[in-house]
Amino acid sequence: MGAQKKGATRVSEDADALSRQPLQAVLLADSFATKFRPITLERPKVLLPLVNVPMINYTLAWLESAGVEEVFVFCCAHSRQVIDYLENSEWYSQPNFLVRTIQSHDSVSAGDALRVIYERNVIHGDFVLISGDTVSNMLLTQALQEHKERKKKDNNAVMTMIIKRSKPSPITHQSRLGTDELFMAIDTSTKQLLYFEDKADHSRGTISLDKTLLAENPSIVLHNDKQDCYIDICSPEVLSLFTDNFDYQHLRRHFVKGLLLDDIMGYKIYTHEIHSSYAARIDNYRSYDIVSKDIIQRWTYPYVPDVKFCGNRATKLERQGMYRASEIVQSCSSQIGPFTVIGNGTKIGNDTKVSNSVIGEGCTIGSNVSIEGSYIWDNVTIEDGCELRHVIVCDWVILKAGAVLKPGVVLSFKVVIGQGFVVPAYSKVSLLQQPTVEDSDEELEYVDNSSGTVEISSIRGTADKLNGEMTSQSSETHESELGSGGVGYIWSICEGGHEEEWRHSIAPIPADKLAEITQTTDDDHELLTQDGTALPPSGELKSDSFSNLSEDDEMEDSKDDSAYFEKEVEATFLRAVHENVKVEHVILEVNSLRLSYNMTSSDCAGAIFYSMMKLSLETPHASASELLQSATNVISTWQRLLKSYLPETDEQIEVILKFEEMCLESGKEFSPLFALILQHLYDKDLIEEDAILTWANEKEGADESDKVFVKQAEKFIQVRNNVNIFYS
Amino acid sequence: MPDTQALVNEFLNKLKKRKIEGSQATARQTAELLRSVISQQRVPYTNQAGALIDAMKVVGEQLIAANPVELAVGNIVRRVLHIIREEDLSLTSAAISGMNFSSVSDDDDDGDRDDRPVLSAAAVAAAARSTLRPPSLHTLLEDMPDSAAVPHTSSSGGDSEGKSKSADKSTITRKLKHDVIEAVNELIQDITTCHEQIAEQAVEHIHQNEVILTLGSSRTVLEFLCAAKEKKRSFRVFVAEGAPRYQGHLLAKELVARGLQTTLITDSAVFAMISRVNMVIVGAHVVMANGGVIAPVGLNMVALAAQKHAVPFVVLAGSHKLCPLYPHNPEVLLNELRSPSELLDFGEFSDCMDFRSDTGSPLLHVVNPTFDYVPPKLVSLFITDTGGHNPSYMYRLIADYYSADDLVIQRKPTTGN
Repeated sequence: MGAQKKGATRVSEDADALSRQPLQAVLLADSFATKFRPITLERPKVLLPLVNVPMINYTLAWLESAGVEEVFVFCCAHSRQVIDYLENSEWYSQPNFLVRTIQSHDSVSAGDALRVIYERNVIHGDFVLISGDTVSNMLLTQALQEHKERKKKDNNAVMTMIIKRSKPSPITHQSRLGTDELFMAIDTSTKQLLYFEDKADHSRGTISLDKTLLAENPSIVLHNDKQDCYIDICSPEVLSLFTDNFDYQHLRRHFVKGLLLDDIMGYKIYTHEIHSSYAARIDNYRSYDIVSKDIIQRWTYPYVPDVKFCGNRATKLERQGMYRASEIVQSCSSQIGPFTVIGNGTKIGNDTKVSNSVIGEGCTIGSNVSIEGSYIWDNVTIEDGCELRHVIVCDWVILKAGAVLKPGVVLSFKVVIGQGFVVPAYSKVSLLQQPTVEDSDEELEYVDNSSGTVEISSIRGTADKLNGEMTSQSSETHESELGSGGVGYIWSICEGGHEEEWRHSIAPIPADKLAEITQTTDDDHELLTQDGTALPPSGELKSDSFSNLSEDDEMEDSKDDSAYFEKEVEATFLRAVHENVKVEHVILEVNSLRLSYNMTSSDCAGAIFYSMMKLSLETPHASASELLQSATNVISTWQRLLKSYLPETDEQIEVILKFEEMCLESGKEFSPLFALILQHLYDKDLIEEDAILTWANEKEGADESDKVFVKQAEKFIQVRNNVNIFYS
Repeated sequence: MPDTQALVNEFLNKLKKRKIEGSQATARQTAELLRSVISQQRVPYTNQAGALIDAMKVVGEQLIAANPVELAVGNIVRRVLHIIREEDLSLTSAAISGMNFSSVSDDDDDGDRDDRPVLSAAAVAAAARSTLRPPSLHTLLEDMPDSAAVPHTSSSGGDSEGKSKSADKSTITRKLKHDVIEAVNELIQDITTCHEQIAEQAVEHIHQNEVILTLGSSRTVLEFLCAAKEKKRSFRVFVAEGAPRYQGHLLAKELVARGLQTTLITDSAVFAMISRVNMVIVGAHVVMANGGVIAPVGLNMVALAAQKHAVPFVVLAGSHKLCPLYPHNPEVLLNELRSPSELLDFGEFSDCMDFRSDTGSPLLHVVNPTFDYVPPKLVSLFITDTGGHNPSYMYRLIADYYSADDLVIQRKPTTGN
């Protein structure tokens, strides 16, 4: 059936055949990153609960409601867990919504995943590419329509990226989702994406754009307040592109940037901005926190806890954004603050305070516990007097009485924290030991993911088996690490990572850190403003500030520019000579070049004269007289062209100066002929005597070496002077 | 019955995703779904009504849980239950008297004289309603002893079982289902025509040169105003835009398209304009048993303004919007908070939504409730498809449509089972 369908669309590419194609989606159930370690060592990221619902359900629910009919879930790490989960979920029994899984164990990046999908040959039309950790409620119809229309007009429009406005923090240069500030240049009329940079160098405060970008696109806006939603509508070509470019790994860093830089194939990426709907990807702990809170604040409606969109438990919304499931046992003296979600069957003891937090199902929370801004998953036991601020606590964790978790702490599954133990800020605790692989950022993301998981799964097996014994055993061995009775290892924060820790952590950025950054950026800013190249730190980099930037750019590049311009003019001129192009047409062409490079007419005159001389120089000649002959020939043939750029004396002087420069540098053979050619130019009315005299006067005060040509022309000048005297 | 289960699931899905908007559409689709469930349901020879009721309850429970805010779903489920009970009752009484066949044929004649193809109590009651005549207290009183005599369906089913043995089993089997489906068809018909039935009364309420104020958009209100216009009444309409969804804009467009003089105002200008208004006519989401109204947000304010200036506040509601529950009932979810993005642009305010402040919660909270509760004392008149009613009469009207057994029984015993 699939083959048949495919054949049909290949033959007739008309709109009808395309629209009859069921909409497909590729869901990457693996982030190919390690930001959620150590939790992701034991459970895949897409199954982590987000406001008590596994993340993948948000993505699937959205895909289903957006009209996608077939989803290929690509599983890599912990693929068994994902497949088991999906098989037991209601997604397999949905009418008009087909969920299929694709398993691969050797994929280490999104690029590999797409290559595997290409090999399977299951995608037959436009498809939605999304990762399983994306929450959205947007309507796809419009974006899809736009994509299809563009595709019809231009076969190279292969991808539409969904973006959303979201202001980055001016201080930390990261978005509210904790990702780096993103710069995008977008053509205002066509919405084409022209530039994409998510790793801008903030210390310098500049970004550099290719100037052809500015030259070729009449209207272009550079944004720093757009958030990449990681929802892409792709044409099937995208898959083959990934296969052709086997080094593409990361969807953005390699694929998008690669396409933008590659001007041979001319593939284009467009953007679609959403305004009223919501879309965000959970990329790190901070975005986990932010998206959870967005869900609680109902930006993702109808995917909110009190709407049963995917078999989640009935939850009631009470005053001030308090969501409570049924069968909660709550002490009268406990205080549940606003924007809190409490799961089914949870018990909360006396005088316990909970605010801005999510508590899962079946938790037992003792008395006098204070929980603030934290995410507590299922079946957690928190004994009396604990204190939790901005932490993530996974399933089956036990906090013994009086334990304190400082902001940013992440406790992985089944960890036990000993009595009264204080877990330091930003530490990550797991039953598994930290993999000893060198954590070198980039490489890790792609290369050792697979090795990491293999190694971990073996550890996990033993960990599970030994679990019972471990509790008793390790209580002695790790007593020092997690207090008395504690179980688990505190992962050491790798070097260099520490600086970044606060950026992606679940905890709000501490005030002193903010002050510190503000201080340094202020200093930087002062320095930079002296250079005049600073970006406005307050963020909005719209058209006006942008034009400043481009001017700066051009100032730097103006030298290159004129060189390019001369080359272009020369090429045009040569073509005109060889192909007998009419003078009017050459003038037109040179004019357009002049406009695009923003040159003056004297530049044009200089460039044309230069190319004329060069032409005569290159025509084979035996002696100086022959050279003179060819030069005068060229000049007389193209005098009309040159004349049109010599309306004023200024331009004529420029020509003389150019000629002089040429005689000194590239065309030394001309130097003896200087006066004669000058004479010829004068005879042809190309250069007026005023110009020559002014030139001579200017050279009066110059060095002797500069005066060589003035002297050569002396005779000629004197005659002119005499004539002047005579007439006056 | 995998067929019906698929249908039910699909409908559940739509309800959960909030894909059906408007109580009329919801009510109609619910009724249609229940009809197909009934027609697919196998009924045993004994206790047919009980089996049907149980099946209804199973489905109904799921439906209500899927979107507890849309009370119209629960209303329709209860009405279908009521229909089953009534049909069962009339069959039983027919069977009792069916010992001699003459009375059955008498009954048939009755039906024929009424020009109704269906012979059933519900159908007769529906006929009475459709002639805009509230059922007389006498008929109600007549019904009372019967239902009092058979308080529980199970016992009534038992009764019918005992009695029906004498009658022809197969005909009765078919008859109950057939009658119920006919009655549900009537109900669907009622729901689809409720706009016209309400609009027919428009001329009685809107007078020449009056100024009418309304808020937001309601199909019922639109039809009502247009009906008056068609009867050559000339009047003016003030439309409050109904923030944040601004459906008033759409209503104004529609009204202008039909040639009505329309003025669009902001919601906040209602109080300023109310002194020039002769009557406020609005639609409702649900009418509660006490005569209170759950209506689009902003209407309580309009009702208070109307009361201050002694302007009649008229609520139009199809009979499917009458809810047998009271607003103080914990089962009733009065409100739904929609996405804040209807109020403001996320991008513009994204820096206010920053959770990185010290407390971990943003300083800006956006709340977007969908409904208001208008207490009964602020409502002057209800216009339903059976005519105009006082708020205090609502509970009486509701007793006609629903049987007391279904009000709360609905969820608890089935979950207990």
